[in-house]
Amino acid sequence: MTSLSSVVLAATEHAEVVPVAADGVFSWVWLVVAIPAISAAILLIGDGAGDHGPLDRFGHLLGTAASIASFVVGLVAFVALLGRDAAERAITQDLWTWIQVGGFDVTMSVYYDQLAALFVLLITGVGSLIHVYSIGYMADDPRKRRFFGFLNLFIAAMLVLVLAGDYLVLFLGWEGVGLASYLLIGFWQEKRSAAVAAKKAFIVNRVGDLGLALGIMLMFAQFGTTNIHEVGLNVSNASQSVATALGLLLLLGACGKSAQVPLQSWLLDAMEGPTPVSALIHAATMVTAGVYLVVRSAAIYDLSEVARTAVMVVGTVTLLFGAWIGCAKDDIKKALAGSTMSQIGYMMLAAGLGPAGYAFAIFHLITHGFFKANMFLGAGSVMHGMNDDVNMRHYGALRKMMPVTFVTFAIGYLAIIGFPGFSGFFSKDKIIEAAFATNFWAGLAALIGAGVTAFYMTRVMILTFFGDKRWREGVHPHESPKIMTIPLIVLAALSIAGGALTFSSWISDWLAPVTGEEHHDLPVPAIVITAVIVLVVAVGVALAYVLFGRRDVPETAPQNVSVFTRAGRADLYGDAVNEALLMRPGQYLTRSLVYVDGSGIDGAVNGTAELVGDGARGLRRLQTGFVRTYAAEIFGGALVLVLALLAVNLA
Amino acid sequence: MTAFWLLAPIMVVAAIGVVLARKAVHSALLLAVVMICLAMMYAMQDAPFLFAVQIIVYTGAIMMLFLFVLMLVGVDKTDSLVETIRGQRLVAVVVGVLFGFLVVTVVAQTTVGPVVGLGEANADGNVHGLARLLFNRYVFAFEATSALLITAVLGAMVLAHRERLEPKLTQRELALERMQRYAEHGEHPGNRPTPGVFARHNAVDVPALLPDGSPAEISTFKTLRERGALREGAFTTDVAVTLRKLEADGSPRERGLIEPAGPTGPADPRAEAAAGQDEEEHQ
Amino acid sequence: MSVEPFIGLSALLFTIGAVGVLVRRNAIVVFMCVELMLNACNLAFVTFARAHGNLDGQIAAFFVMVVAAAEVVVGLAIIVSIFRTRRSASVDDASLLKL
Repeated sequence: MTSLSSVVLAATEHAEVVPVAADGVFSWVWLVVAIPAISAAILLIGDGAGDHGPLDRFGHLLGTAASIASFVVGLVAFVALLGRDAAERAITQDLWTWIQVGGFDVTMSVYYDQLAALFVLLITGVGSLIHVYSIGYMADDPRKRRFFGFLNLFIAAMLVLVLAGDYLVLFLGWEGVGLASYLLIGFWQEKRSAAVAAKKAFIVNRVGDLGLALGIMLMFAQFGTTNIHEVGLNVSNASQSVATALGLLLLLGACGKSAQVPLQSWLLDAMEGPTPVSALIHAATMVTAGVYLVVRSAAIYDLSEVARTAVMVVGTVTLLFGAWIGCAKDDIKKALAGSTMSQIGYMMLAAGLGPAGYAFAIFHLITHGFFKANMFLGAGSVMHGMNDDVNMRHYGALRKMMPVTFVTFAIGYLAIIGFPGFSGFFSKDKIIEAAFATNFWAGLAALIGAGVTAFYMTRVMILTFFGDKRWREGVHPHESPKIMTIPLIVLAALSIAGGALTFSSWISDWLAPVTGEEHHDLPVPAIVITAVIVLVVAVGVALAYVLFGRRDVPETAPQNVSVFTRAGRADLYGDAVNEALLMRPGQYLTRSLVYVDGSGIDGAVNGTAELVGDGARGLRRLQTGFVRTYAAEIFGGALVLVLALLAVNLA
Repeated sequence: MTAFWLLAPIMVVAAIGVVLARKAVHSALLLAVVMICLAMMYAMQDAPFLFAVQIIVYTGAIMMLFLFVLMLVGVDKTDSLVETIRGQRLVAVVVGVLFGFLVVTVVAQTTVGPVVGLGEANADGNVHGLARLLFNRYVFAFEATSALLITAVLGAMVLAHRERLEPKLTQRELALERMQRYAEHGEHPGNRPTPGVFARHNAVDVPALLPDGSPAEISTFKTLRERGALREGAFTTDVAVTLRKLEADGSPRERGLIEPAGPTGPADPRAEAAAGQDEEEHQ
Repeated sequence: MSVEPFIGLSALLFTIGAVGVLVRRNAIVVFMCVELMLNACNLAFVTFARAHGNLDGQIAAFFVMVVAAAEVVVGLAIIVSIFRTRRSASVDDASLLKL
C-alpha cells in the first residue's frame, strides 16, 4: 500500500474542505430532523383519547407524511447542493450550544456536505417507501401507532447521526438508533424470543458503543475538541499511535453497529422484529452507520495504516462469515440477514482501502440499500401471503401466485449477485477491483465471496419461487395489496437504475472532496477482472441450481449434513464463543461477588451485631438478682482495685 | 508477742468457724470468741479503753442482740449446705484466696517505719488522751455519731413496731366474742388447759390427751409443733409403753418425736400416733 | 512489738469475713460476718495508732464501734420485720432484680 502518497494526497484533499455557513435553503436542513422527531413525539407521547382515538386511526398516516416531508426537504437541499461549486459544498450551521463545561464546548451543529446529502436521501427515501409499505403490512396490528412512532424516532435519530457536525452529536444519533432498534426488534414484546433478541442487540451494541465513546474521549483529551472537521485538521499533527488508537476505537464502534465480526451475533436474532424493521434498520440504514463513521473519519484512517488494515481484515472476515451463514439458513429473513452481514463486510473492506475505496464503499452502501430493502420487503410480502411462515422449506413455486413480488425480488436478486447491468454489478465490481489493486488476498476473498453470494441467493430464489409446492395446510398464497407492492416496484427500479451512478464515475467525483481520491494500478486490465467475477458468479448460480433446482427439497431440514452446514446453521458458533468468553465468566464473577457480599460483608456486619448480642447475653448472666452474686462481684472489684494500687505503688 | 501468737490461731480458727458453722447460734458464739480475743489484743497494744469498750459494747451488747434475734428467728434451724447459686462457691473461694493472699502477704509486708509506740500519747492516761482528741478534733464527728445513735434507736423502734390496724378489743368485747364462738361453733369458752391439767406428763413438749386418747392441739405451742419438737408419737394405748417412751433418751422416733409435715401439721401427728398405736397393738 | 503480724491478722480476718458474706445464706450469719470484717478493721486501726504514736487510730476504732452498734440495731430490726412477713431469713429471697 503506497501509504505515503495516500497520506500526502489525503492531506492535500482534506485541507481543501472549508465549511461554509448555511444560508438560503440550507438554513432549513435541520427540518429534516425536526419533522420526524416531532411526529414521533406526537405519536408516542400524545394520548389520542384512548385506544381508538384519532391518533390511533390516523397515526400511521401522520408518520408516513412526516417521513415524506423530510424526504422532500432533503431532496430540495440536495438539488441546491448540486448547484453549488465543488469547493463550497460543505455547509455547516450551528443550532445551539449543547454542552459548555470548562474547556469543553459542544454545539448542536448541522454539517451538510456531499456525503451527508447522499445519506439523507437514502434514509428518508427508502424510509418513506418502507413507511408506505408498513401501512399495508401492519394494517392489522392494534399497536401500529407506536410502530410508526418508533419508525419516525429511528429516522430522526439516524438523520442526527449523518448530519452531525460533532462526534458527540453523532454519538447522540448513534445511541438514538440503538434505542429505536431495541424498541422495534422487541415490538411484539409479548413474544419472548423478540424481547430476548432486542436485549441481545442492545447489549452487543453497547460493547461497540464503548469503543466509540472511548474514541470520543480520546479525541477530547488529545485535541480539546470533538468537532468532526477540527478533529480532522488536528489529527495530522498528532502522533501515529493516537491516530491508530482512534481508528481502532472507532472501528470497534462500527463493528457493533454494523454487525461485523466480532460483534455480529445480534443481527440474525434481530430478524424477530417486523419485516419493515428488518428492511429499514437492519439492511438499508442503521447497519450502515458503521461504514458512515469510518468514511466520515477518513482523516483519521488515512494517517494510520494499522487501523486501515484492521478495517480491511474485519471486512474480509465478515464478508466470508456472513456468506457462510447465509448458505445454511432455512429462514428467509435470516438468510437475507447473513447476506446483509456479508455485504457490509464488502463495504468495510472498501472503506479499509483508504481513499481508493471510500467512494466505492458508499456507492455499494447506497445500491445495497436499494436492493436489500427491496428483497426484505419482498420477503415480507411472501410471508404475508404464507401466513407469516418464514421457513423456506414450506415455500416453493410461488412465482405464479405472487408475480409482482417475484419480479421485484428477482430484480433485487440479480442486483445482489452482480448480474451485468444491475446496480450491484457496478458497485461490487468496483470494490473487488480496488481490493485486487491493493492486496491480492483481500481481492481473492472478495471474489470468493461474490461466488458464495451468488450461490446462496440462488438457493433462496429457487426454494421460494421455483420447484414444487411445499405449502402447509390452509395456506393460500396470494399477492400482497398495492400499498405493499408499489414500494417494491419503486425499489426494484432503483436497483436497476442505481448503477447509473458510476457510468460517469459521478459518485467518485461527487465524494472526492470529502474522502480524497486515489487510483491504484491493477495487475491486470479491469475488463479481465470483471470477466472473472462474472464467471465466478455463474459458477455459484450453477452450483445452486444443481443442488436445489434439480433435486427435491426436503420439507424438514436434513440432519446428516456436512460439518460446514452444521457450523453455518449454528451461526458459526458465534453465540457459543460469546457465552464461553464473556457470559459465563461474567456470571461466575457476579455470583462470587454476591456471595462475598452476602457472607463476607453482610456476614461481617451481621456477625458484629450477633457478637454484640452474644456478648450482651453473656454479660446479662451477671445480673442474677441475688445479693450474694453482687457481693462476689464487689469483692472481685475490690481485688482489682488493690492490684491496681499495688501496681501503681510498685511502679 | 507470745500472747499474740497464742491468740492469733484461736481467732483465725474461730473466724473460720463463724463462716462454716451449720447452726447460726454456733456462729454467734464463735464470733464472740473472736471479739474477746480482739479485746485482749487491744489491751496488748496500749488501748485499755478500747479493750473495755470492746467487751462491754461489742461482745456484751451487740452479740447479745444477735443472739436474741436468732432466738426469735429460729435457734434450731440448720442451714442447708447446698449452694443454690451456680459457681458462687467457686468464685468466693477463688476471689477470697486471691484477695487474702494479696492482702496478707503483700500489703501487710509494707513497712510502716519504726514503731513509735503510745508512751507519749498515753502520758496522762489512755482515757485522757482519747478525750483530748475526741472533744477537740473530732467533736463534730462525736456530735454526729450521737445523732446517729438516736436515729438508730428510733429506726429500730419504728421497724419493730407492729401497727395496730383495728381498735384494741376491750375485756368486755373479748368475753362477748368468746361466748359468741361457743354459741356458734361449740368452742370451749374457758381458758386453755395449762400443762398438767389433762396431762400425763409435765413437759412442755408433751401434749395433753383428750378423752379418746388423741393429743389435744390447744395444750401445746404451735411453734413446737411446726418445729417437730412435740412428742406426740409417744402415746400408745399401753400406758407402760407410753411412759417408757416419754422417759426414753434414744432416737427421736423412740422418744416419740414426729417430723413436722408442714401445712398439714395437725392432722399428721394424729395419723402417726394412730399408726404408732396400731404398730404397738400388732406387736 | 512489730506491726506486721497484727496487720496480717487483720487482713486475714477481713478476708474470712468477706468470704463468709458470699457463702452464707442466713441473713443473720451474713451480718455476723460483716461484723467480723469491721472488727478486723478496728484491729488495724489500733495497730496503726500504736505505730504512728498518736491516738487518732483509736478514736477511729471507737467511732467504728459506735456506728457498728447502730447499724446492728437497725439491721436486725429489719431482719426481724422481714422474717415476720416472710417467715424466712434467707438472703436469696430478694432476687427480683434479675434479668
